[in-house]
Amino acid sequence: MIYRRLFNVPTWRFRSPFDELAQLRRQMDRLFEDATAPYQRASAGVFPLINLTEDKNNYYVRAELPGVKPDELEIQATANNLAISGERKIAAEEEGARYHRREREAGTFSRMIGLPGEVDTDKVKASLEHGILTVVVPKAEIAKPKQITVKS
Amino acid sequence: MADTESKELKVREKQEVTSPAEQTAPGLVFTPAVDIFETEKEITLLADMPGVKADDLTIDLRDNTLTLTADIAPIEGSDEEDILIEYESGRYYRQFTLGELINQEKIDAKLNDGVLRLSLPKVEKATPKRIAVKTG
Repeated sequence: MIYRRLFNVPTWRFRSPFDELAQLRRQMDRLFEDATAPYQRASAGVFPLINLTEDKNNYYVRAELPGVKPDELEIQATANNLAISGERKIAAEEEGARYHRREREAGTFSRMIGLPGEVDTDKVKASLEHGILTVVVPKAEIAKPKQITVKS
Repeated sequence: MADTESKELKVREKQEVTSPAEQTAPGLVFTPAVDIFETEKEITLLADMPGVKADDLTIDLRDNTLTLTADIAPIEGSDEEDILIEYESGRYYRQFTLGELINQEKIDAKLNDGVLRLSLPKVEKATPKRIAVKTG
């Protein structure tokens, strides 16, 4: 690929060897990005990870929260923000239990999600099914333009 | 786990399966996070499987190999458009090798809020009996 670049492309100006090197490095960077991060898209790095989708009338915020009970979860909505916080508890097992693996984690979490547009905060609905939280946020009625009369 | 009250949860990317066998069905496959502990009577396995319904979960135990497989139905409506996607969902798959003999008839599985709790009772070993020798 690089050889073709070097020999087939007519050079319009004098290119220093460092240009080629810089280009190669960019290409390598891109290669590694593709290979290492198949779905690390725009994660904010805050628990829980969320998926945000929309249709004509609503925004949908979804998060995977296995083992979290509805009363351990707090959701607040403002004009265009949604705050999700809570605690994931893992009950203590009986004494004398010897662990082979312990990968599940307990702890508190708190996250703020910015929504792309204004929402109707009165009609936000949240449900928790099979460990997946779904918050349905209706979009706000578009504010009607007001007529302003100019006085002479 | 009383000492975790103030701990803040950190983001952990879902683990994609790197399974020995290649998957034939399309789609992503993930490894559920598990806790495994044992007492004298049984082995208990807890697995985080958000989005899995009881009907979609298969638990298979043969020759000391325990296999968990779960399909999930897509949760999103058909006319929804993605704005931000931080996690993907797909099937779950994980295999374990058990060191102990398990009493297959008494296996108990519960699925609550996306968490599977699987109890695997050990086979009761013959308890040593003391045999009295009579004289006579």
